[in-house]
Amino acid sequence: MYQYDHYDQTIVNERVAQYKDQTRRYLAGELSEDEFRPLRLQNGLYIQRHAPMLRIAIPYGLLSSRQLRMLAHIARTYDRGYGHFSTRQNLQLNWPELARVPEILELLASVQMHSIQTSGNCIRNITTDPFAGVAPDEIVDPRPYAEILRQWSTFHPEFAYLPRKFKIALNGAAQDRAVVQWHDIGLDLIRNEAGEIGLRVLVGGGMGRTPMLGSVIREFLPWQHMLTYCEAILRVYNRYGRRDNSFKARIKILVKALGAAEFARQVEEEWTHVKDGPSILTQEEFDRVAACFTQPAYETLSDQVPGLNARLAQNKAFANWVRRNVHAHKVPGYAAVTLSLKKTGVPPGDCTAEQMELVANLADRYSFGELRVSHEQNLILADVKKADLYELWQQARLGGLATPNIGLLTDIVCCPGGDFCSLANAKSIPIAAAIQRRFDDLDYLHDIGEIDLNISGCMNSCGHHHVGHIGILGVDKNDQEWYQISIGGAQGNDSSLGTVIGPSFAAEDVPGVIEKLIETYLEHRTEEERFIDTLRRIGVEPFKARVYRGTRDNKAKEVVNG
Amino acid sequence: MAKLIRHEGIVEDEWSVLRFPAKEEPLRKQAGKPVLFKLTGEASATPDEIANLAVPEGKTIIPLPLWLARSDELAARLAAATLGVWIDSHESPEALAGSLDDLNRFAVIAVNFPRFIDGRGYSIAALLRTRYGYRGELRAIGEVLLDQLFYLKRCGFDAYALRTDQNIDDAARRLRDFSHPYQAAADQPLPLFRRQARGLTA
Repeated sequence: MYQYDHYDQTIVNERVAQYKDQTRRYLAGELSEDEFRPLRLQNGLYIQRHAPMLRIAIPYGLLSSRQLRMLAHIARTYDRGYGHFSTRQNLQLNWPELARVPEILELLASVQMHSIQTSGNCIRNITTDPFAGVAPDEIVDPRPYAEILRQWSTFHPEFAYLPRKFKIALNGAAQDRAVVQWHDIGLDLIRNEAGEIGLRVLVGGGMGRTPMLGSVIREFLPWQHMLTYCEAILRVYNRYGRRDNSFKARIKILVKALGAAEFARQVEEEWTHVKDGPSILTQEEFDRVAACFTQPAYETLSDQVPGLNARLAQNKAFANWVRRNVHAHKVPGYAAVTLSLKKTGVPPGDCTAEQMELVANLADRYSFGELRVSHEQNLILADVKKADLYELWQQARLGGLATPNIGLLTDIVCCPGGDFCSLANAKSIPIAAAIQRRFDDLDYLHDIGEIDLNISGCMNSCGHHHVGHIGILGVDKNDQEWYQISIGGAQGNDSSLGTVIGPSFAAEDVPGVIEKLIETYLEHRTEEERFIDTLRRIGVEPFKARVYRGTRDNKAKEVVNG
Repeated sequence: MAKLIRHEGIVEDEWSVLRFPAKEEPLRKQAGKPVLFKLTGEASATPDEIANLAVPEGKTIIPLPLWLARSDELAARLAAATLGVWIDSHESPEALAGSLDDLNRFAVIAVNFPRFIDGRGYSIAALLRTRYGYRGELRAIGEVLLDQLFYLKRCGFDAYALRTDQNIDDAARRLRDFSHPYQAAADQPLPLFRRQARGLTA
């Protein structure tokens, strides 16, 4: 993974000093609440319902075991012994003390980490495919590009006070696992006919209040121009993005208002001025960064592991885990393994300090000392020998990290919701827990098969409910918590936006509604169909009819959706 | 005279900034919240306000709409180097650049930050420096706070009229918050990877 040089280290050290002074001035009353807010937000510090929340950057989801041990230490020393992995591949601590945040930043800097620009109206953490570098369908390894973007966007002086937050994602594989269509800028790394590497540039995707898929504004941008082109996009946005209404301030609204073609024209016009400037990437700089992402020292192995098939036949629990949590790897004899943070009864994405330490040990023993955080809020060991799978499973199981549910109904993506977040309209964790309890039968769960269930506690969509095959959104009606349910959303190459099925439900009714949706699918599915496939074939109506059958709301629905 | 940060030093400001008289504007709301910003391209003043604003003697920084409408009458002031112009965050640097063969005939150009969270002024400054060839004093006015200084400097500002409650003695330090920024910007046309040999041994 990327290793800081003297300059990277100096920048994070100077950030610690700067933020220490800002915190001191705030506590001394020299900085007002309003003036301190953007400063602390650009350091990932929110004021939450109970306490501040600190969001620590995990650039493109990549961590070393040493860094994870430090996170465990911080969670134990400055928090309540656990952290929450977020849908932006970051780690959130829910209980740090504002005055001690500078100390946390100092510890982070000691392991080449920070919380820079994890919040606020600036360019946020760059995200990418958690299987980068190991996925069999990879075209270009996105990690060096993500790191180059990280450096460019860190303290970019012109783009620190944008109209609204700004998220960039990169994908380099045939199957998009970085949800690039849902980002302010989505970059697809591709090769042209000559075999040269370039980027397909999408702009204006986003979830939130007005969900929108990104529009392609350039089919092929030579990679050397990645930074100059982003600069042109950001400059157009910074100048013309709406600042009069924060709900309309994302770049997607500007792209929509102008039309993608006109927006593209303005970007191209801006770009003509900057494209041949010194920010063009050099091969030398690319090579320097890429040298950090070379292949680990893989052994030459056979893909056939003696005894593995027998184990799988004998041990159903192990077989279930391999089926769900073990993924293909481009190198024979290796696999990528997802450690599930979705055990029933535990808030999705939550991880205790002990679990972090266990994962660090497992990473050292089985996966070259590195791991990744996925945007589905799980942890991934990307380079595990197939011969070690059984041993790894046993150890992960002891730590409560081997729930064999990856991609299944209980692998719920969920924001912290109203239990923690002051933006939320409704709680989301108890909803996730109730659904996990309802579908706790593993055989049934495996029979239902692949399905994405996503929960957001409010319109800000941190739980990505728009792209869940089933999406649940917390809404506030007359100061009561209600849940709006949508179906048919999807991420990846065939992204789509979910359709709201009708009037909202009270919390206690949600698991029953999910059950009815699942039953409808089971009744209609053909042999090979996943939930989303059946839904796309038969449409939303049979699902709606089943859910609202016999309820008074069945009539209301016609009005609402009329 | 007010104090000003020029480069890294504290100086007496010999210029005054001319603004349109404050007027009662109806409170606009969007989504239930008061609108704090003018949209890019929105008008700043009416033709009457522009025509009636008197330009005082002495070194004066005038609003852009006034300059655009009355540049003929102000030519002598410009030649005498007693005229500067200020541009608001929603106004167009292109209009300013198009109004004169050489922006460097202005002794000073100021960019207004109506609120410190309005980031348009950074792009305006970057354009004036890197696209329109302005080399004279570029001054940040309005809600200019200590914690913006480093970014302002990087975007090409070299003078800062800090809001009066700010600790001006702290400014020089804030201008140096970071020693080796990554990106190219107006103050440093080369990105770090072209300035320095980078690598673990550095």
